[in-house]
Amino acid sequence: MTDSPPRARARATRRRGSDRGFNRVFRWIAVGSGVLILAVLAAVALFLLWQAWPALTAGSDELATAVPRYPEDTSFVAYVGPLVFGTLLAAILALAIATPLAIGIALFISHYAPRRLSQVLGYLVDLLAAVPSVIYGLWGFFVLAPFVVPIWSWLNEYLGWFPLFAGEASPTGRVLATVAIVLAVMILPIITAVSREVFLQTPKLHEEAALALGATRWELVRTAVLPFGRSGIISAAMLGLGRALGETMAVLMILSPGFLYSFHILDSAQHQTIAAYIALDFPEASGLAVNTLIATGLVLFVITLAVNMGARAIVARRKEFSGAN
Amino acid sequence: MSATTAHPPTAESTERVRSMLTAAHPGRKRVDRTMTVLVWGAFALAMVPLISLLWTVTSNGIGRISMDFLTLSMRNIFGGDPTGGIYHAIMGTLIITGLATLISVPIGVLTAIYLVEYGRGALARSVTFFVDVMTGIPSIVAGLFAVALFTLILGPAARFGLIGAVALSVLMIPVVVRSCEEMLKLVPNELREAAYALGVPKWLTIVKVVLRTSVAGLTTGVLLAIARVIGETAPLLVAVGVTDSINTNPFEGRMMTLPVFAYRQYSQGLATCPGGESATCIPDIALQNAWGAALVLIVLVLLLNIIGRLVNRWFSPKLR
Amino acid sequence: MAQRIDVKDLNIYYGDFLAVQDITMTIEPKSVTALIGPSGCGKSTFLRTLNRMHEVIPNARVEGTVEMEGVDLYGSDVDPVAVRRNVGMVFQRPNPFPTMSIRDNVLAGVKLNNKRISKADADDMVESSLHGANLWNEVKDRLEKPGSGLSGGQQQRLCIARAIAVKPQVLLMDEPCSALDPISTIAIEDLIGELKSEYTIVIVTHNMQQAARVSDRTAFFNIAGTGKPGKLIEMDETSTIFSSPSEKSTEDYVSGRFG
Ligand SMILES: Nc1ncnc2c1ncn2[C@@H]1O[C@H](COP(=O)(O)OP(=O)(O)OP(=O)(O)O)[C@@H](O)[C@H]1O
Ligand SMILES: [Mg+2]
Repeated sequence: MTDSPPRARARATRRRGSDRGFNRVFRWIAVGSGVLILAVLAAVALFLLWQAWPALTAGSDELATAVPRYPEDTSFVAYVGPLVFGTLLAAILALAIATPLAIGIALFISHYAPRRLSQVLGYLVDLLAAVPSVIYGLWGFFVLAPFVVPIWSWLNEYLGWFPLFAGEASPTGRVLATVAIVLAVMILPIITAVSREVFLQTPKLHEEAALALGATRWELVRTAVLPFGRSGIISAAMLGLGRALGETMAVLMILSPGFLYSFHILDSAQHQTIAAYIALDFPEASGLAVNTLIATGLVLFVITLAVNMGARAIVARRKEFSGAN
Repeated sequence: MSATTAHPPTAESTERVRSMLTAAHPGRKRVDRTMTVLVWGAFALAMVPLISLLWTVTSNGIGRISMDFLTLSMRNIFGGDPTGGIYHAIMGTLIITGLATLISVPIGVLTAIYLVEYGRGALARSVTFFVDVMTGIPSIVAGLFAVALFTLILGPAARFGLIGAVALSVLMIPVVVRSCEEMLKLVPNELREAAYALGVPKWLTIVKVVLRTSVAGLTTGVLLAIARVIGETAPLLVAVGVTDSINTNPFEGRMMTLPVFAYRQYSQGLATCPGGESATCIPDIALQNAWGAALVLIVLVLLLNIIGRLVNRWFSPKLR
Repeated sequence: MAQRIDVKDLNIYYGDFLAVQDITMTIEPKSVTALIGPSGCGKSTFLRTLNRMHEVIPNARVEGTVEMEGVDLYGSDVDPVAVRRNVGMVFQRPNPFPTMSIRDNVLAGVKLNNKRISKADADDMVESSLHGANLWNEVKDRLEKPGSGLSGGQQQRLCIARAIAVKPQVLLMDEPCSALDPISTIAIEDLIGELKSEYTIVIVTHNMQQAARVSDRTAFFNIAGTGKPGKLIEMDETSTIFSSPSEKSTEDYVSGRFG
């Protein structure tokens, strides 16, 4: 290239020049769509804030007249409080049920199932994620709720001293405990899929190191697989929590709502989640009621944002000990 | 090879080694076996809701499926009248999901290209970060966002298909970015380097080598993303509203979609039939409609999933 | 704490593929046995049958016997986990557990067998194992740092420390120096020389000088062609193999006139 004749060099430069032009255009298109995503997210926050503003600045009298079921003399914060509580309680219960189960399933697929079958079995679990939430709602209402009624009343009768099982077990099963099960089933595949991928990426080197030290299969999992996958499990659980917090239809269709700060998850008319509350009231709302619902949506957005970012921070802190090397 | 050795095994050393190698660690064995049972049990437990759910939807929905059900709308259908159908909802779902795909796929694929091929520095890091954050946006919030956006442009109470498509796009874009990113990362660097070494400019390398190698994977990613949003109910409920008639214009008027239809029929509950159950009045027809729509929806979703996986399996070049 | 190993009529398979055929050899206690031979002749495969790591690979299996002091490692009453605990292994690429500190890496195998080890005992064991691996002075001030932060040679010695911490009878090493620089290599070779007073050591190496330097006995493996099984050509005192081997192919291989 260095000692080519001048004319050839000029041609080469020209071609390279136009390539460079294309390169630049292509590059800018790609960068532009990346920036667009940032813009969309900013827009979500801004528009929600902008539409929520009237409700956030309105007096409690104004809100009480405009919004159906708005309690007299309450600030906006006191009004969303029980909804936030219900949302968090449902999501945390679901996560508590789903995470250990999902880790088990992920291990089953990555390290226990017969190799030939494991991919197909993985698809089966993924199918749980494919089922639309409205169908979970139907199933939860017609199948699960009646099925768990006797279990809930048994728990209530014999373990009623435990705060979560106290109160009066509902005869319909349309309670937060049932919702938590459905939510757990719904977030199971996401947690499983992410954990499974990390487990499968456990370096062969480390697995063999554990085996060569005389580890049983479970000890192999404990010394090589789980530590390697820990940050993956955390981000998986985070994704699951995010979905559980925002899940609307299953809650809307199963739960018999209430607006209390209550730990009685076997009792009906105790809880409501933000998402289900919005979906229930939005279609009929107008004027300031719309703004109020958008404001509650903003609260949900902020909560999920905080959960996501908190979990990211945990993942980042574990970087030093991460498996990448 | 010398068969004689300086240290033949003695009865004593044999016994010592035997006890060493057959040494039972009952505690460790028990833990190992228990965990194996638990791990198998976890999987079995997860299959229970799947089987129960598929069985319930199929057995409850199959009786309602007929040509009429698939080709008629609910216009002028009241009470227990069993002659309505879900045609309007099917059309609405196809149109809105199609529009959302048109919006999301270019943005998503290009962003994935940006992240994999160009992404360096603070911008790439923040895009990755906010794509992660976006996957966590609750679907109802996406619906509210779309409503707020169009309220700004058109004033309050606007409800039409495009708003729903925008809401679905907010949910779909991060899914597309994530899965396409994975697929692009699978393309080995040697392929790119081989192209550069031949003097192919970067953008052509991306289009001709990287995208072509990963096209099956990208298709799978897009199909799975569609499957993910096609069943969304809440954002459409708030952004598109409901209707009983056929509306194929996504820029004007409310539209029905399959999941919203299933929910509406479910919340209608039982109809009153003055003369008792008859051929023209079935009390639980709304529930039957809901199950029928659910069955159609689940079949759609399963088809998308299966086709998506088969595309990847059959058409992707073997990279590893 | 060293045992002898007798291999008899061993055939090693990957599925239907016979990788190594008809091996019969004796590995002496408290000595270093080197396995040499061209790439693909089955040295690693054979080595991994000595601690039953071979069967970890799907469909992999063996025929024949491997006896340690007269006990068949593949006998029905023998627990593979116990075999691996008593036959330690060091791999070609250093593989400390990246999520564990240096200290925990050394203790990884010990903790499997004895969870309730006291802190003082554990400290002693860490120190003596790291001393045994000639690593103590380099890491004694950063025992709580991740093991992946060490240099390649240090990581490999950490892996040796981890392997000897469980006090195995036999130590297998598969090209332990091939990923290391010459200085680290010499450190490990010295270490092998020290360890053989306590352990039976089997080492795979592609480096003829290394085999000559560290081993007492050398086994030469060869393969007739791709797809053919690898075989043991001859095994003898290292000095004999390198000066006057009885097979022509051995002589060609050790003098570098191979192929
Ligand atoms: N996991 C496996 N599955 C199937 N065949 C294998 C596997 N590992 C090794 N082989 C085959 O077994 C034969 C012996 O391989 P092995 O790795 O033991 O050779 P080696 O002597 O250690 O070579 P090198 O000196 O390159 O390490 C080779 O033909 C190889 O292709
Ligand atoms: Mg080898």
